[in-house]
Amino acid sequence: MRTGTIREPQQRQSATPYRPAEPMALPEELRMLRDQVRRFVETEVTPNGLEWERTGLIPRAVFRKMGALGFLGMRHPIEYGGTDLGPLASMVFAEELGRSTFGGFTASVLVHTDMSAVHITRDGSPAQKARHLPPIIRGETICAIAVTEAHAGSDVAGLKTRAVRDGAGWVLRGSKMFITNAVHGDLIIVAARTDPEAKGSRGISLFLVDRHAPGVSVTALEKHGWLCSDTAEIVFDDVRLPADALLGEENRGFYGIMDTFQNERICVGGICAGETAKAIEVTLDYVKTRQAFGGTLWDQPVVRHKLASLACKAAAARQLAYQAATLAAEGRECIREVSMVKALAPEVLHEVVHGCLQLHGGTGFMRGTVIERMARDARILTIGGGATEVMLEEVAKRM
Amino acid sequence: MKVLVAVKRVVDYNVKIRVKSDNTGVETANVKMSMNPFDEIGVEEAVRLKEAGKATEIVAVSMGPQACQETIRTALAMGADRGILVLTDAELQPLAVAKILKVLCDKEQPGLVILGKQAIDDDCNQTGQMLAALLDWPQATFASKLELGVSDARVTREIDGGLETITVTLPAVLTTDLRLNEPRYASLPNIMKAKKKPIDTVDPASLGVDVAPRLSTLKVNEPAKRQAGVKVATVADLVAKLKTEAKVI
Ligand SMILES: Cc1cc2nc3c(=O)[nH]c(=O)nc-3n(C[C@H](O)[C@H](O)[C@H](O)COP(=O)(O)OP(=O)(O)OC[C@H]3O[C@@H](n4cnc5c(N)ncnc54)[C@H](O)[C@@H]3O)c2cc1C
Repeated sequence: MRTGTIREPQQRQSATPYRPAEPMALPEELRMLRDQVRRFVETEVTPNGLEWERTGLIPRAVFRKMGALGFLGMRHPIEYGGTDLGPLASMVFAEELGRSTFGGFTASVLVHTDMSAVHITRDGSPAQKARHLPPIIRGETICAIAVTEAHAGSDVAGLKTRAVRDGAGWVLRGSKMFITNAVHGDLIIVAARTDPEAKGSRGISLFLVDRHAPGVSVTALEKHGWLCSDTAEIVFDDVRLPADALLGEENRGFYGIMDTFQNERICVGGICAGETAKAIEVTLDYVKTRQAFGGTLWDQPVVRHKLASLACKAAAARQLAYQAATLAAEGRECIREVSMVKALAPEVLHEVVHGCLQLHGGTGFMRGTVIERMARDARILTIGGGATEVMLEEVAKRM
Repeated sequence: MKVLVAVKRVVDYNVKIRVKSDNTGVETANVKMSMNPFDEIGVEEAVRLKEAGKATEIVAVSMGPQACQETIRTALAMGADRGILVLTDAELQPLAVAKILKVLCDKEQPGLVILGKQAIDDDCNQTGQMLAALLDWPQATFASKLELGVSDARVTREIDGGLETITVTLPAVLTTDLRLNEPRYASLPNIMKAKKKPIDTVDPASLGVDVAPRLSTLKVNEPAKRQAGVKVATVADLVAKLKTEAKVI
């Protein structure tokens, strides 16, 4: 069990919300979606998040509530219970989840909605969609995506997990590392090598794997942040897969992975937009009440300007993310812009959370304060889903 | 029975209100707007009546600039059937709103009109009462419970001394209090369905209503800033200050 004091009073909602202006031309339904997600986050997530952090578990009921509100089906077809709203909806959703201050919650939900199950909608057969999507959209089946391995992270094409044909089906052998939702989830989308002769990216396929199938075992990992989200190493020890476990075309999985990464990176832009604004909000609340030198900290020009400067950078990164999401929504070529978002937004987030923590003084270093958790939770975002260095290379290639 | 619900677009309850620098009103540019929370309660009550088979149609009415359409759309996403937008850029005071609603009631013939007991922007607490007077219908204000019959309604009201229960014959005007219900979320599929529900746009002149303000606002000021506290050394000091400075004992 984790030790240390968690002080509840810091959890209260800050007095004055800080929100950057609504992007122009955001469709009415997405503004309405934002209001609904905001209310959900304020009433269901923020008050309960600390408990989830303690237990390392987000209750199933929370996913089901989100399912009932339609939050989990935005990227899936209407005929299976979704609303098919596109990347701009993901951006808004991620931004509002980011405001929860619980990065682990945000991660678990977005892995389910925008990083894993989207593969089924992208590449699934009608039978696979009909079977899997409705319970996924209702929040009854929780999804994970398993690409990363201990020896293949940024270098996705280097993955070694093997799927070998066995009669009509397959046998899966290998292991995956750092997989979100792998302890408590139900359905894992696994990237495995199906053609060992083919070069790197060419011989990879995706499989639908039941988390509880014989031969699947997981080891939960202890993390620096994202404590309410479960992350695990998974071992596949000759797991027998039926023929219909193959998702999409054999040996063409790499393209689906790359395509879905684009969406994941837009979501990261949304998460950063929400988390930066919330960190600034929490800090405004702190410095406007904290007394020092005969006034509040806010009375110090250096403090005010620090926060104003962070707010400028956060707003700029957010605009870039909205632009990338808009381009993606219009189906325009935007790998460079999306890579820019992933390269920039999490770096800005780091600057913001650490700048904000600095202004909290010693309080910010204490376990249980909001900004302390936000700083820990932010750390992974420059690494996961394409490290900053890898993203800059993607930008450079297109210059 | 048809139910008409009034929904007002107001500055979101979460926003810290700022007075305009020229003291003519409060800042609304670039400020988040939402449905008046008491009106959300009104919509919820109407939707529950419909779900219980007691209401057949819910009409949501809002008045103001084009953006009020979004407030109506929220009501539609919660379960209202159609909307009426009374489009005007004029400042609308309670009497003007009540007169417009009166004309709409004459046209629509609802069995029940639900309004919030007040709007959280100007806190007037007048529109429902004025509407009842104009229509010459009974009114049940500050409702915390509603039991709707065929020809009358039993309404529990929150009053200073406690709870009062009254019966009003229908048609009637009801205004909602905070504890009437907890409004539902608008689910995403319902938000999408709401896009297809009809909203009629009319202007006040076509309804024959003169909306010109009858009251003029002289000045809007920020509330006085709270003074910083002081520390006192002894109980005697405290008592002395309470007597001479705070003048509370
Ligand atoms: C909490 C958490 C949850 C995760 N969830 C999932 C999940 O659900 N599914 C999943 O598949 N994966 C998941 N991951 C894995 C994540 O995507 C990888 O950690 C990430 O892709 C980086 O891979 P790596 O850790 O192997 O680092 P490496 O690839 O070893 O890179 C280490 C560092 O080297 C640098 N670097 C790497 N490549 C280059 C390059 N080409 N040029 C310059 N510098 C470079 C970067 O600084 C990088 O951070 C998760 C990770 C964490 C920590």
